[in-house]
Amino acid sequence: MEKSIKKYFPLFALPTLVAFTIGFIIPFIMGIYLSFCKFTTVTDAKFTGFSNYLKVFSDATFVHSLWYTALFTIVSVIAINFFAFVIAMLLTKGIRGTNIFRTVFFMPNLIGGIVLGYIWQLILNGILAHFNRTLVYSSAYGFWGLVILMCWQQVGYMMIIYIAGIQNIPGELIEAAKIDGASNWQVLKSVTLPMVMPSITICTFLTLTNGFKLFDQNLALTAGEPMKMSQMLALNIYDTFYARNGWEGVGQAKAVIFFILVAIIAVVQNKITRSKEVQQ
Amino acid sequence: MKRKLVSLMLVLSMTAAMVAGCGSNNSGSKNDNASKSDAADASKTDTEAPAADAEATGDGTVYYLNFKPEQDEQWQQLATKYTDETGVPVTVVTAASNTYEQTLKSEMAKSDAPTLFQVNGPVGLATWKDYCLDLKDTDLYSHVKSDDFVLKDGDAVDGIAYVIETYGLIYNKTVLNAYCKMDGAKVSSIDEINSFDKLKEVADDIQSRLAEVSEAAGPDYDLQGAFTSAGMDSSSDWRFKTHLANLPIYYEYKDKGITSTDAIEGTYLDNYKNIWDLYTTDSTCEPSMIATKTGDDATAEFSLGNAVFYQNGTWAYGDIINGGLLTDDDLGMMPIYIGAKGEENQGLCTGSENYWCINKNASEEDIKATEDFLNWVITSDAGRDCVANEMGFVTPFDTFDDGYTASNPFVEQANQYIADGKTAVSWNFSTIPSEEWKNNLGSALTAYASGTGTWDDVKTAFVDGWASEYAAANE
Repeated sequence: MEKSIKKYFPLFALPTLVAFTIGFIIPFIMGIYLSFCKFTTVTDAKFTGFSNYLKVFSDATFVHSLWYTALFTIVSVIAINFFAFVIAMLLTKGIRGTNIFRTVFFMPNLIGGIVLGYIWQLILNGILAHFNRTLVYSSAYGFWGLVILMCWQQVGYMMIIYIAGIQNIPGELIEAAKIDGASNWQVLKSVTLPMVMPSITICTFLTLTNGFKLFDQNLALTAGEPMKMSQMLALNIYDTFYARNGWEGVGQAKAVIFFILVAIIAVVQNKITRSKEVQQ
Repeated sequence: MKRKLVSLMLVLSMTAAMVAGCGSNNSGSKNDNASKSDAADASKTDTEAPAADAEATGDGTVYYLNFKPEQDEQWQQLATKYTDETGVPVTVVTAASNTYEQTLKSEMAKSDAPTLFQVNGPVGLATWKDYCLDLKDTDLYSHVKSDDFVLKDGDAVDGIAYVIETYGLIYNKTVLNAYCKMDGAKVSSIDEINSFDKLKEVADDIQSRLAEVSEAAGPDYDLQGAFTSAGMDSSSDWRFKTHLANLPIYYEYKDKGITSTDAIEGTYLDNYKNIWDLYTTDSTCEPSMIATKTGDDATAEFSLGNAVFYQNGTWAYGDIINGGLLTDDDLGMMPIYIGAKGEENQGLCTGSENYWCINKNASEEDIKATEDFLNWVITSDAGRDCVANEMGFVTPFDTFDDGYTASNPFVEQANQYIADGKTAVSWNFSTIPSEEWKNNLGSALTAYASGTGTWDDVKTAFVDGWASEYAAANE
């Protein structure tokens, strides 16, 4: 069996490899090349060197969106993981209707970002209308609106991962700790948390990259208003690419920088949380 | 052994199909323009069956990327009709509202690129001129009444306008007439409103006694404000960041005797502020709420009799009439007065931001087919009937003069103003350096109205933004 898997490996891997090349590697290389070009359509580009990259950092909106995105990511990673973990703990205690609760919490995740963005825009604007304000009154409204939205969407998904992690903890570990006289808090701190560290790695990775890459929800909820103050990185790149004649290459350069940034952060985060994982 | 062989064959054929399927796309997108047309041809012969019956008229196909979602249905019908008559396949794709540039950018990169597309004016042309065929020798150009309606790059005719549109301040005639007869009315007939000051007086007066005016106008009316909500949602913000902004640009150009500029001074920004203040204060909603108001909101307010004035254009006619309450007799349009000198002679804003361009990189057959199609649209009875009566377009082509003139009250009113010797305001917003400029201005207007920003922000977006966006686009 093992031998035949080895024998046919290239054959079975080929379709995926081809798809991966067409769907990822080629666009990626083209994208990097285009970031050094001036172009209107992607198939008709003129090489211009590093000028696009110089323009990126002279663009104040890019720098602002970078900080805004970083701040949003920090807040949303903490909030989402905290709530997801708390709910996961509650729903592994064996209370009645656990399955219904799990389903209900998971459901928002099945709705697409754009739709969710508009739904929450209606809800939040409906509430703010009582105070004669709207979501785009200040960037703080957009910020917290987005945090609420993202929590609502992602807590359920992360909860499922945490539940899986918590259920994997051997019962005898907790029992042994209890017999040794550990309080609930001590069990949580010294047994549960170290044991679900792999889940934490995955969840922080997902929420971190999601936070940085966030686009649909940002576009639907505030579209960067007021005055680009609630504009996040991905939306900034999109606007640069489409709203300014001749700035397509700059948008592309921003996208390359964006990729490098997200990759570095994700790798570092992975290293840090991985090192905290324990063997069972 | 046999089973193994069968499964191996299956896997192989699957992979082969995948490689072949993706491979052709891939080569198409990576090729340069010269070989692009070959690739397009190749894919057409094996994918499009209608090509066979089209042989009699040449095997070109037409692919039109349409800008106007309002007229999508009519274009589809017209395309079907043309295919039935001639056998030439015509594909019409309409970009979703506000996404034309995006769609065009990605479509033009494909091997089956649009053969017919649109640009919105000189600035749009600057982006796309490398893709525009010179239309000087086409039948289409020979039917254009004046060179005012074409876009030129040097001597080459790169774009031809196909619809002339007009916008201004749409008003409810019934309500205004009723108001004029009321005690203490600021004017005794609608004609007396011929300046910003008069407009403001009337609007302020109506706003201060909405209930009285509603009662005078009739039982159907329930006025909530003089003006419809100045919605800054993306479905409506172009009315202010582009169309209204045209007036200060127009007057500045006129004073200086120029038709475009690399740096605008904003000499008429105070007037812009006045009219914007008027729109947002004498309105159906609080100024702080405009950010969420949509184009549909404004149309509904006007067509349900909740507001008297509504800034929009000839294209809004259908939506207003569909509201049910108003008829042609209720509708009028007056110039947008901003308090500039000599504005009593100002007419409505008339121009075009819809220019047809033919893709230079399309194959010769496709170019020929596209030219034939356009020629058919503006000369055949079916084409002219559809364009003039169903789409309701006023066109710059002489072929429409014998009985194919669009008519709606707004178009008639625009002609009346010209007949009365008023000067139509040209559409100078097509010289706005970029979408970014409009977006920034729109954001600044919203912030100013909601009280979180100041008028200085608007000024910055208008004046400094112009210079920096112009520099960014033309380096």
